[in-house]
Amino acid sequence: MAKITLKDLSHSYLEKQNNNSDWALRDVNIDWKDGGAYALLGPSGCGKTTLLNIVSGLLKPTKGRVLFDDKDMTSFSPVERDIAQIFQFPVIYDTMSVYDNLAFPLKNRGLSDSEVASKVREIAGMLELTSTLNNRASGLTADGKQKISLGRGLVRSDVNVIMFDEPLTVIDPHLKWVLRSKLKELHQKINRTMIYVTHDQTEALTFADQVVVMHEGQIVQTGTPVELFEKPKHTFVGHFIGSPGMNILPCEIKNGEISFSGQKIQSHKAVKKSNFSKTQIGIRPEFINFSKDGIPVKIKRVSNTGRHKIVDTVCDEGNIKILSNASTEIPSGSAHITFNQKYTYVYGDSWIIE
Amino acid sequence: MNKTINQKAWYFVIPVFILVAFNAAIPLMTVVNYSFQETFGNNVFAWEGTRWFKQILLSERFHAALGRQIAFTFIILLIQIPLGIAIALTMPKKGWGVPVCLILMSMPLLIPWNVVGAMWNIFALPDIGFLGHSLNALGFDYNFTQQPGDAWFTTILMDVWHWTSLVVLLSYAGLNSIQPAYYQAAEIDGASRWATFRYIELPKMKKVLTLAILLRFMDSFMIYTEPFVLTGGGPGNTTAFLSIDLVKMALGQFDLGPAAAMSLIYFFIVLLVCWVFYNLMMKNEAQS
Repeated sequence: MAKITLKDLSHSYLEKQNNNSDWALRDVNIDWKDGGAYALLGPSGCGKTTLLNIVSGLLKPTKGRVLFDDKDMTSFSPVERDIAQIFQFPVIYDTMSVYDNLAFPLKNRGLSDSEVASKVREIAGMLELTSTLNNRASGLTADGKQKISLGRGLVRSDVNVIMFDEPLTVIDPHLKWVLRSKLKELHQKINRTMIYVTHDQTEALTFADQVVVMHEGQIVQTGTPVELFEKPKHTFVGHFIGSPGMNILPCEIKNGEISFSGQKIQSHKAVKKSNFSKTQIGIRPEFINFSKDGIPVKIKRVSNTGRHKIVDTVCDEGNIKILSNASTEIPSGSAHITFNQKYTYVYGDSWIIE
Repeated sequence: MNKTINQKAWYFVIPVFILVAFNAAIPLMTVVNYSFQETFGNNVFAWEGTRWFKQILLSERFHAALGRQIAFTFIILLIQIPLGIAIALTMPKKGWGVPVCLILMSMPLLIPWNVVGAMWNIFALPDIGFLGHSLNALGFDYNFTQQPGDAWFTTILMDVWHWTSLVVLLSYAGLNSIQPAYYQAAEIDGASRWATFRYIELPKMKKVLTLAILLRFMDSFMIYTEPFVLTGGGPGNTTAFLSIDLVKMALGQFDLGPAAAMSLIYFFIVLLVCWVFYNLMMKNEAQS
């Protein structure tokens, strides 16, 4: 068990770095508290697996340090760091039984047979693998195999951190839910630091207390699922989280006044600075209402998802998506909309202006 | 679903049937024909029943040749398979070393059998060959043309030189197909180098190794050209493996009946060993 600190971490897979795009990770600083459940969220290629492999010790960072409980672990191997990691595809030892697979990390560390047996049985019980313990591991289904991978990560009680690298990718959708809630339950039971890497926002938001959103090798925001939803600090977060994502629209700022499509807009806070090359307003589809006056839009399409209606509209400055209750009457043709001031943010060069 | 029954589809098999008949079945049937009969030429045959089979199976000469053959195949498998795996494990996985290693490894495989035999014959000659002369200069009493032990040593060394590459290339392909996550998981699980090999690399190489062992078994069990050029089966009969002995019997002595019976027994042994070995190796695969 340990708190994990990443200091000024940068990593590049190239020998020489000329510009920002040569870095897989740039200036990452993170504090992960002991016993927390964290998620690393971002699209493919954003550097989240690189970051995970640096924490586990499979990769050595080009720059920066990895600290476990304030002790510098940057040059330590995964074994010395005492961590567990579960990979995207089930990694099992084909020739061993399920029992031997789960016992393998314990036996390698020289535990006695009776200790091994009791721990393996305990973890097999949690993952509902008890009935298959004596079967050959290679004969199991994909989710059975991934359960073994999870089990091998969870079986050691002394690990500093357990890391999951998109562990549910190969699992059937209906089993994803089961395994995900199993993981959440296990986290509460064993109370160890867990880091969960995923590109699936639902997975990240349901699993973690704190979500780290990554974009092009940088951390764009760290926060609770609610914070990420209600107040995205970067347009990428607004766009990536939520379904449909945030509306990001061009606007102009003059003398502290925000104008969009010829109308004055009130944001959640007064904006003072305006020396940006690009300014935008961000508003989630959930926080837009139809009204008598306001921004004139044309309604293009209404999709009914059962619980909500997603309304695609177009105004002079671009497309705006609106999410309304299924019971709301949607005007046809032209309409006017207003933004909820509390959830209207202004972004300068993609970062929030506060 | 209703299947249409149309026996005319059999006509499509005719070309394959004719091809197989001409390149396998008819020559084989000729051998079968010889194995049950006695001939004195002029197409005159006399029925002999199982006489030649009994004669071969009871002959000490056949037992000796089979014994030598089994010993030879066993020894070269024992050397080539572990050595091939070991070399494959040490080969680089990326960079300029990969093509260099692959080309170096492929070279022996591209040399014709009789050239390999001739090369090693000259290489090992005790008076002028580099190997033979050097060994004698170092104080070893080495002469593969006269001492059976030296003849075996040279034959085995030649086969190892010629064919270990095949095992290396197959093992290397097997090793390269292992996902990096397996090595990472093993590292995290605290597995030793040996455990990583035993539980990850070896199981993942099982299919290519089965293939390598089968190919090496068949080729070495039927070896002819290389020892024929190198030692001619000598000194005496000490390196006369089954094929060499068979050719001596068929063409040297013109004992066509016994030679045909021996061919069939020989063929049956190769087939049986391959079948048993393959099924043993694949037994667990089928279960999972």
